[in-house]
Amino acid sequence: MNESALASLSPKQKGLIERFQSGQPLALSRVISHVENHRPGFESMLEALHGAVGRARRIGITGPPGAGKSTLTAALARWYRERDLTVGIIAVDPSSPFTGGALLGDRVRMDDLATEPGIFIRSMASRGSHGGLAASTRETADLLDAFGFDRILLETVGVGQSELEVASSTDSTLVVLVPESGDGIQAMKAGLMEVADLFAVNKADRPGADRLKREIEIVLALRSGKPGRPAAGHHGVDLSSLRAGREDPPQEERAGVADDAWEVPVIPCVASRSEGVEEVAETLEEHFRWLEASGRLADGRRAQAREHARLVLERAMGRQAMQAWESWLATEGADRELESRSPYAISRTVLSEVWPDAPTAEY
Amino acid sequence: MSERKIRVLVAKPGLDGHDRGAKVIAAALRDAGMEVIYTGLHQTPEKIAATALQEDVDVVALSILSGAHMTLFPRVLRLMTENGMDDVLLTGGGIIPSEDIEALQEQGVGQLFGPGTTTGEAVAYISRWFEESGRGVEA
Ligand SMILES: Nc1nc2c(ncn2[C@@H]2O[C@H](COP(=O)(O)OP(=O)(O)OP(=O)(O)O)[C@@H](O)[C@H]2O)c(=O)[nH]1
Ligand SMILES: [Mg+2]
Repeated sequence: MNESALASLSPKQKGLIERFQSGQPLALSRVISHVENHRPGFESMLEALHGAVGRARRIGITGPPGAGKSTLTAALARWYRERDLTVGIIAVDPSSPFTGGALLGDRVRMDDLATEPGIFIRSMASRGSHGGLAASTRETADLLDAFGFDRILLETVGVGQSELEVASSTDSTLVVLVPESGDGIQAMKAGLMEVADLFAVNKADRPGADRLKREIEIVLALRSGKPGRPAAGHHGVDLSSLRAGREDPPQEERAGVADDAWEVPVIPCVASRSEGVEEVAETLEEHFRWLEASGRLADGRRAQAREHARLVLERAMGRQAMQAWESWLATEGADRELESRSPYAISRTVLSEVWPDAPTAEY
Repeated sequence: MSERKIRVLVAKPGLDGHDRGAKVIAAALRDAGMEVIYTGLHQTPEKIAATALQEDVDVVALSILSGAHMTLFPRVLRLMTENGMDDVLLTGGGIIPSEDIEALQEQGVGQLFGPGTTTGEAVAYISRWFEESGRGVEA
């Protein structure tokens, strides 16, 4: 509990935070909106709750449109509930770049979870601004974490940059592909191979699932520089005995191509019939245990914190610079200078308003 | 600070099996710049209230063609009030006789739209309500 942050809140906001801390879902919901909309005091709310962040495991679920991400997310959430684990879900859909509106439809596939105690689902629109989504989804995840959820599932469509944002804000990344999306080639182009800790080949009830699984495995083997995928079971046994005997691998061993490296599994499933979901869920648990045992969890969490702080700084700087820009534009003579001076010279002038000691040649 | 988006839950309660009307209104609200949460067919009042709470929507819009509006609207309204969401607008549309509309509005339901109305009217109504509610500027 951060007392000074709490002290800077209005009595109404303080009441909201108290209701949050006593576990009222409406308070959680309203704090999320407050933060998402950057209403006055949102920073202090996040600071006040920051001490309670860090207990939940965060899992990103990404993949092409329609791959079955929401269906699988719902099935995973049910698996967790059967084990008495509570689940916070964040489902992100794109905003229209033209109207700014969004149709958030992921809940259709999570329908039976709406009234399930221990589950809280929040839909978010990407709102398209640079890094805006990245900061907002992280902050929503922080709030779900602080509220006490055991698992946080973050669903986003994997097209373009978003999957990188997912990977840098979660502990484990699950990439969902489907046979009909054609080739794994598409997935490779989209950068999904780089971020996956685990692949689910969903809609395995349709033809082509085996082929897709093999394609992914071949690419993974090429990337890891190993001669090929080991026969099923062989490496699994090998690795688990290694892991069991070595709780705390020395630093230098982690640095190179560690032989305790995680081998990305490719698991077929039929999310709509909950087939294969158990294996996906258990493998995610295994991945988390591996993160913990290998010391990579601490590294990953530090990287998450670093990226989040960087995004906040970037946004703050950008906002200040834009304010200075607007005032400069409003000055008499701005139009003339735009004609006679280079963009770099103008930028330097504006920047010196925000940052008097700005280096002159850093762009 | 960016302008605040209006969040709307569009829900289709009842047993009748098509949601064209609900999808049309959802798309119109999105095109008007709102963030629309859509949940599919056969929503129970309990699900609608729980979803409204988790999504912290400003507006809940129900599409009811089954004739069960006199039970569904009051039920959802009561559950929302119990959840502490009495500041949220409950509106909707469907085949609802005007005397029923009056009775429901007396209970606290907002404007209701019959089969003859255009989506534009519903969009304008929700925008105006949001404007007047002051929700866009609250601290
Ligand atoms: N045949 C088959 N269909 C599935 C399976 N899993 C999901 N579906 C169907 O695929 C469609 C899309 O599923 P969603 O879960 O909405 O997919 P999504 O990836 O979340 O979609 P977006 O969020 O729109 O990108 C739905 O009609 C599902 O019922 C599966 O294993 N087999
Ligand atoms: Mg989805």
